[in-house]
Amino acid sequence: MQNATEVNHLKTKAGLLSGLAALGPTYGALMALTLLVLLNLLFTPNFAASNNFWNVLLQVTPTMLVAVGMTFVIATAGIDLSVGSVMAIASALAATNLDRGVGAAILLALAVSFSLGALNGALIAGFRIQPIIVTLALLISGRGIAQVISHGGQLIPFSNQSFEYLGKGHVGPVPFQVLVMLSVIAAAIFLLRMTSFGRYVLAVGGNEAAARLAGVKIHRTKLLVYALSGLLAGVAGLIETARLGASDAAKVGLNIELDAIAAVVVGGTTLAGGRATVAGTVIGALIMQVLTTSFNMGPLGLRPVPFSWALVFKAAIIIFAVYIQRRRVA
Amino acid sequence: MESITKSFSGVNALTGVSLTLEPGEVHALVGENGAGKSTLIKIMTGAYRRDGGEMWLEGRRVEFRSPDEAQSAGVVAVYQEVNLLAFRSVAENIYLGREPRRFGLIDWKRMNREARELLERLGLEIDPRTTLGDLNIALRQMVAIARGVSFGARVVVLDEPTSSLTEHEVSILYDVIRRLKAEGRAVVYISHRFDELYAICDRVTILRDGQFVATHTLSGLEKIDLVCLMLGKRREELRQGITRFDHHGVGQEDAEPLLRAENLKRGRKLNHVTLQVGRGEIVGLAGLLGSGRTETARAIFGADPLEEGEVYLEGKPLGLRGPSDGIRAGLAFLSEDRKAEGIIPELSVRDNMTLAALPALARFGIVSRARQREIVERFIERLGIKAAGADQKIRELSGGNQQKVLLARWLCKNIKFLILDEPTRGIDIGARGEIQALINELAATGLGVLMISSELEELVEGSSRVIVMRDGERVAELRGEDISQDSIIRRMAEGDAPEAQPAGVEALRD
Amino acid sequence: MGQSTTTIDEAGSTRGRVARGRMASFIQRQGALVALLGVLIFATVRYEDFLTERNLFNVLRQNSMLGLVALGMTFVILTGGIDLSVGSLLAVAGVVAANLAGHGMIAALLIAVAFTTLLGLLNGIIIDRARIQPFIVTLAMMIAARGLALAATGEESVRVDKLSEDFTWLGQGKLGPVPVPVLILVIAYGLGWLVLRHTRFGRHVYALGDNEEAARLMGLNVGRVTLGVYALSGALSGLGGVLLASRLGAGQPVAGTGWELDAIAAVVVGGTLLTGGQGGSGATLVGVLLLGIIFNVFNLEGTISSWWQWVLRGVFLLAVVVMQNSLSRRK
Repeated sequence: MQNATEVNHLKTKAGLLSGLAALGPTYGALMALTLLVLLNLLFTPNFAASNNFWNVLLQVTPTMLVAVGMTFVIATAGIDLSVGSVMAIASALAATNLDRGVGAAILLALAVSFSLGALNGALIAGFRIQPIIVTLALLISGRGIAQVISHGGQLIPFSNQSFEYLGKGHVGPVPFQVLVMLSVIAAAIFLLRMTSFGRYVLAVGGNEAAARLAGVKIHRTKLLVYALSGLLAGVAGLIETARLGASDAAKVGLNIELDAIAAVVVGGTTLAGGRATVAGTVIGALIMQVLTTSFNMGPLGLRPVPFSWALVFKAAIIIFAVYIQRRRVA
Repeated sequence: MESITKSFSGVNALTGVSLTLEPGEVHALVGENGAGKSTLIKIMTGAYRRDGGEMWLEGRRVEFRSPDEAQSAGVVAVYQEVNLLAFRSVAENIYLGREPRRFGLIDWKRMNREARELLERLGLEIDPRTTLGDLNIALRQMVAIARGVSFGARVVVLDEPTSSLTEHEVSILYDVIRRLKAEGRAVVYISHRFDELYAICDRVTILRDGQFVATHTLSGLEKIDLVCLMLGKRREELRQGITRFDHHGVGQEDAEPLLRAENLKRGRKLNHVTLQVGRGEIVGLAGLLGSGRTETARAIFGADPLEEGEVYLEGKPLGLRGPSDGIRAGLAFLSEDRKAEGIIPELSVRDNMTLAALPALARFGIVSRARQREIVERFIERLGIKAAGADQKIRELSGGNQQKVLLARWLCKNIKFLILDEPTRGIDIGARGEIQALINELAATGLGVLMISSELEELVEGSSRVIVMRDGERVAELRGEDISQDSIIRRMAEGDAPEAQPAGVEALRD
Repeated sequence: MGQSTTTIDEAGSTRGRVARGRMASFIQRQGALVALLGVLIFATVRYEDFLTERNLFNVLRQNSMLGLVALGMTFVILTGGIDLSVGSLLAVAGVVAANLAGHGMIAALLIAVAFTTLLGLLNGIIIDRARIQPFIVTLAMMIAARGLALAATGEESVRVDKLSEDFTWLGQGKLGPVPVPVLILVIAYGLGWLVLRHTRFGRHVYALGDNEEAARLMGLNVGRVTLGVYALSGALSGLGGVLLASRLGAGQPVAGTGWELDAIAAVVVGGTLLTGGQGGSGATLVGVLLLGIIFNVFNLEGTISSWWQWVLRGVFLLAVVVMQNSLSRRK
């Protein structure tokens, strides 16, 4: 006990330093992103074009939305593999119910996404099954459910101006879906920093036993976290569907869970839980997207990098980011 | 072992501790929390490296770099929480890493036969093919001992072997220890139960605050002297002026007490404990480690489920099902394990302090920053919390300041009853006095306080009554003039006997 | 003598508990086997075509590659780890083998498997040395190895040389009535059982998953076991990939997508706990067959759309885990 005290004394002295270090991953990621963007602006042909700017944001939207939800889940030391399938279900539900009105279709899709997430949370908290298994089951089933909803896995095209506005509309120069993304990010930052729920999420992930003794309702917190992840996946599914002008239950959100986890981890939220940064996740998702985009365009004036090598590069970045954070924690 | 020194991050956990073990001896190692017992045995068994001093085994200087090396050299530890593999068989646990093989494959027949012979030699009839997890804890410990013996252990360290054993199981353990002794092995026995030390051990070494205190033969040492040595007190030592408590608790036991716990029962750890605390009263809860004091506190708060019994606050039964129920009723609990059960390390001082009060601070789930700031500033000021600011992470604070933040976590709510488990442990003197003064102040406002402490001064000077626990039972309640370090120590060591025979008290005072 | 009698009493009092524990763990471990027998009986009675040599060998052959991957996954999960990279490694091996098929079956097989073994070993080294969670490390390997497979092939599948008949024999040939992949599957599971049950490495795999801290204190070389299981998982995924390439006559860089999840599902359904230390190769074989035969039944039934089959699989996985979980908690 006494040694712990002393260690803490030492830490107090180093408080400022470690405070800086605590901001490290986010700032590090931010600097990496800035550098990446600058280099590309200077050396990658056409990267500076304004339509490319919007393009990056458009392409990152679904991953970003899912990653923001995933940030909350990972903050509680959990994981949500089911997001892609939930996207597909939301997509299929909306497309098949558009004839009942756009509002009703969207509401239905989001309500179901939210409930599926809540179901994940209930199973995880109530039965104490590992999050990876529970959400894996929904990943498998969910894709099937989406195909069942879309009449046996058919591509469901639609033509509905107001629904398509979600994915194709603009407010001034700004694509509507980018506005949605920005408001979700703002809301998530607010939720994590300003609300009691945000505190509970971090408390549960940081020290579940202590949180319980301080009266935090562990079950309810976990349930809501997964429900939130489901809801945001639903939003992502709707936007993707609206942009495509059709619902393709087999493709929507496929493998997005991996992109989202990568974005969260690169952004500086650790899988161990208890710490989370929405801003970091935003930067993480942007880094991955800028890399992808510039690889496609031919980075730094080189030949375009094939998708395949880009994957290898991304994997290295993930390991590198986690490794750096791990050292700092240890 | 001689002049063993070990320090963590520049703090000495052990300074110049020596321990000599004779073959065929059972040697008790005692000391309160933080005395350095576990550090010492971890060095002895290679789990930690020492910073200074030397170790000899059978005349040769030894150096253990890992538990592995220590165990092959013949020094083996059996820990309280048995470190074995629950899903593997008994034989596998004994021979892990040294499985007998034939043609490269494991020779199960030989392994089981040898395991059976080994167990029989210790007087144990356990089928070596049984899955370890299917055995009770006592037998698991025997298996751990057998594993040690299979390495040809010269020294077997038993760390609190009986903390969860029944009487019957303890007698089996004694048999095994006697056999080890007869075979000329040395046994180091760590326990807080004095009856056991006197029943099985030959000599005792006492540690305190990382320092060597004394080695004695047990037959020539009275229990009360042993306790005095452990706590670093003289029998006739003065009894006030050390803590910042300035009175014996103003409150009185009302006709209707503020809180009443009746017949709390939970396994063997908590055996029909009853207590009550009045408004403005500080009631001390004394007992050695493992006496059931912490279990009592947790049970009252609702942190652990009860088998029997009920807690009443202001005459109403609470029917607690979890800590959040207790908190809603107006209870508060400060855990003894600040790190594991208190702080949320990655969160700020502000968030840690207001965690329990958030429901009151939030409207529609949105935390009012202004009210939060007001509270945090008020308590940082009032408790003299030294932090770079409200946004500093709590893990960067010193132990004393962390503890103040955790106290403030409850004080910023409207609580009626405060349960403190070792409120000043591991805290420097200055902060300790401040916390004691604060507890006093709180009781003066009409709060009921139940305080567990290993610091006897705290109990003597702070409490209006002291309830003494031993082996999961309440053995005595002291009040008024009867409260003294002396009387508490005697009850902790020997139970209620002196109360029944007041003459004995005088006899011991001589 | 007196001492012995006291311990006999003690053992006696634990016996009832042991029996109850055994019962629970029997259902927990063998629940999948009971379910498998149930499905087998159901299918035999209902479908004439089910209990035919052709259909049964067909089912086995279709599941042999996944079976190999799941066997490797079993080792990893027994240590308490996870390997998400198996599907990508399978694709890598398929591509490598297809490229080398012209040099003979042995060369293609050995080099492809050696390569994925090294990649698996790399997983193990990063997990052990850098102390990064297996989930992240193998996730990265999953992405990277897929990239490698795509890059090496220019994102096109690699046709196996028409002349390399010995290579295609691996996946398409028969020995007597038994398809070669089925034979390999049986041998692999036999060896897997032998290793897990009768070698030190196997027992140490269990020890590591049982209680890593205790295993460390008991002097186990944790690093070696970790490296071993991930390398083995890489090797078996590679073998699965070679068989698949041989069977399809092509190395597809997109092969094995999502197989990591199928393999995990098979392992878990079989009764191996994700927390490690309990389960085994037999359990996984049962899990693979159960899921495989359920699919076969769906197909024979013909009225259940493939989408519903996915739904049922997920629900089934969850149901099995919930059941195992409540049983083990009661214990």
